[in-house]
Amino acid sequence: MKKRNRVRVHGVGFLLIIILALEVILSASVGSANLSFFNSLKIIIHRIPVIGNFYDLSDVKEVYIKIVWDIRMPRILLAGLTGCALSVVGASFQGLFKNPLADPHILGVSSGAAVGATIAMLSGMTMSFMGLGVIGIFAFLGALITVFIVYQIACVGNKISTVNIVLTGTAVSMMLSAVISLLMAFHHDQIEKVYLWTMGSFSSATWQKVSFMSFFTLVGIVGIFMFAKELDVMTIGNDSAKSLGIDTSRVKKYLIILASLLVAACVSVSGIIGFVGLVIPHCIRLISGPKHKRLLPFSALGGAIFMIFCDTIARTITAPSELPVGVITAILGTPYFIYLLQHNKRKLGA
Amino acid sequence: MRESKNSYKSQITVNELSWKPTKDHKNILEKINITFDKGNIYGIIGPNGSGKTSFIKNLLHFVEPDKGNIMIEDVNLLDYRRKDLAKKIALVPQNTTMDSSFLVYDVVMMGRVPYQKRFAEASQSDIDIVTEAMILTDCYSFKDKEVDMLSGGEAQRVLTARAIAQDTEWLILDEPTASLDVKHQIELMESLVKLKKHKNKTIITVLHDINIAATYCNQIIMMKDGKVHSHGKTEEVLTKDKLREVYEINFEILDNMKNGKKYYIPYTCD
Repeated sequence: MKKRNRVRVHGVGFLLIIILALEVILSASVGSANLSFFNSLKIIIHRIPVIGNFYDLSDVKEVYIKIVWDIRMPRILLAGLTGCALSVVGASFQGLFKNPLADPHILGVSSGAAVGATIAMLSGMTMSFMGLGVIGIFAFLGALITVFIVYQIACVGNKISTVNIVLTGTAVSMMLSAVISLLMAFHHDQIEKVYLWTMGSFSSATWQKVSFMSFFTLVGIVGIFMFAKELDVMTIGNDSAKSLGIDTSRVKKYLIILASLLVAACVSVSGIIGFVGLVIPHCIRLISGPKHKRLLPFSALGGAIFMIFCDTIARTITAPSELPVGVITAILGTPYFIYLLQHNKRKLGA
Repeated sequence: MRESKNSYKSQITVNELSWKPTKDHKNILEKINITFDKGNIYGIIGPNGSGKTSFIKNLLHFVEPDKGNIMIEDVNLLDYRRKDLAKKIALVPQNTTMDSSFLVYDVVMMGRVPYQKRFAEASQSDIDIVTEAMILTDCYSFKDKEVDMLSGGEAQRVLTARAIAQDTEWLILDEPTASLDVKHQIELMESLVKLKKHKNKTIITVLHDINIAATYCNQIIMMKDGKVHSHGKTEEVLTKDKLREVYEINFEILDNMKNGKKYYIPYTCD
C-alpha cells in the first residue's frame, strides 16, 4: 500500500510539471497578438541550447518572435518564479509558526517594502541595479530592514518566540501602513501610483528581473528544502523537536532569513501579491500530505501554475488595459479556497 | 561520590543546579544535587509549582542552568551536540496535543530522526524498531490514523512509542498518566517496567499520583519549592511525616494486599 502511494505522489508531481509546461506555452500564445500554440512552442524551443538548433524559425514572423521571447516570456517566468517563491515561503511559515493563517507577509516584509517603494516614488530618484529600478531597490531594502527590526524586537535573550514574532510582525505592519497613509496624505498626486504598486503587477518584467528573481528563488527554495525534516518534526511541537535533537532556534533563524530574502525579492519585482502564499500551500497539502519533503516542491509548482494563470488573465481579460494581478489572485482563489474548506473541513491546516 | 565499578559512566549527576527563567526572576530550581543510576525507575513527585517540569527541562537542555551543572555519563550536558543527546535521552512531553495531519506511523518514525541523514528514507531496521514500539504501546492498530484525530490517551501512547523508537538508555516522561483512564494508566506504567527489564532503560518520570509512584517506582525524588525535599528508596521517602511536610495534608498509609506495596490515602484534618 505504501508503494502504491508513492507512485501516486510521484505521478502528481509529474502531472504538475506537465501542466506548468503547457500553461507557459499557452500563456505565451495569448494576448493582443494571438499566436498558435505550436508557433510559440517553436519559438521557445528554439531558444533552448542544442535542441534549439534543429528547429527552423524561418516560417514564423520576426515580430511574433519578439513578442513571445522579449515581452511575454520574461513576464510569464517572473510570475512563475514569484508564485513559486511565495507559496514555498507560505508553506514553510505555516509549519514553522504552527499557524494556518501564516503567509509570507506575516513578518511585516510587505509593508516594509511598500514604505520603501512609496519613498522611492515620492523622491523621484532614478537609479538601477541588477535590473531593478529605484522602486524595486527601495522595496527590497525596506523589506529587509523591517524583518530585521521585527526580529530584533521579538527576540528575548537569544531566543525567538514564534508568538512574539508573529505579533511583532503584525504590529509593525500596522504602523508602517499608517506611515504610507501619512506619506500619501502629503502627496495626493501620487496616491494612484502607490496604490497600484501595492496591488502587484508583472507588467514591468524584463529578462534582467527574471535572472535576479531566479537567483533568489533557487537559493531560497533549495535552502528551505534542506530543512524539510526539521519542519516536519516542528509541526508536532517545539519540545518534541528539541528532544529529537533539533536546534529549533537555529532552524527558525535560518528559515526566517531565507524566507525574508525570498519575499523581499518577490515584492521588489512585483509589488505585493497576497493570497498565493496563504492558500496554495493549503490546497497542495490536500494532495501531498503534511510531509514537507513533498509539500515544499509541490507548493513551488502549484504556486507557479496559479500565478501564471492569474497573470495571464490580468493582462488579457481587459486588454489593451490590464488589471492588478493581486486582484485576480484573490477573486479567483477565494471561492476555490472556500469550496475546499467546505469539503475538507478538518484536513486543512498545518 | 558513590564508589561502584562503573560509577560515573552509568549515571546522570546533577550538581548544585540552580535555574531561573529570566534574569530578574527568583530561582525556580535551587541547588539541586542528585544522582540518577542506571537500572531504576525514578518517580519525581511534588506539589504544583515545585519545579518538577523545570527540572526535566534542565535535564534535556531545553534551558541552561544558571549555576551548577549536569553530567551525563561523565560529559557535561551542555557539551553534547543536540543530535547526540537525542540518542541518549528521550522525552514523552506533557502536552500531547498534536495539531497536524501526520499519521501515527509517521510521528512514531520521527523517533528515528536523530539517526537518519537529512534526506534518507527509513531503513528496514528503522521500520522494525518503529513497529515494535507501536506494538509495545498498543498503538499499532491505529497506525494509519491522523494524529489530530486521536483521543488524549491515544496521543499519549503515540508519543511514548516515539520515545521508545528513539532507542535511548534514558527515558524521561512528564506526567505520562495525566490524560489516561485507569486501564491505560496501569498499562503504560507496566510497559515502563517492561522497558526497564527487557531494554535496560532507566526511567525518570514526573507523576502526580502517589499511589502510582509507590507501585511502579523504586526510587522517589520529592520536590518542594524548587528544592529536593527528600530522595531515595520509595518506602523511605513516602512516609507520613515527609508527605505532610511536602503536600501540607495528612496521609493514611495502608498495606496494599495486591502487590505488597503501600497504599496512600490523603485526608485533611477538619
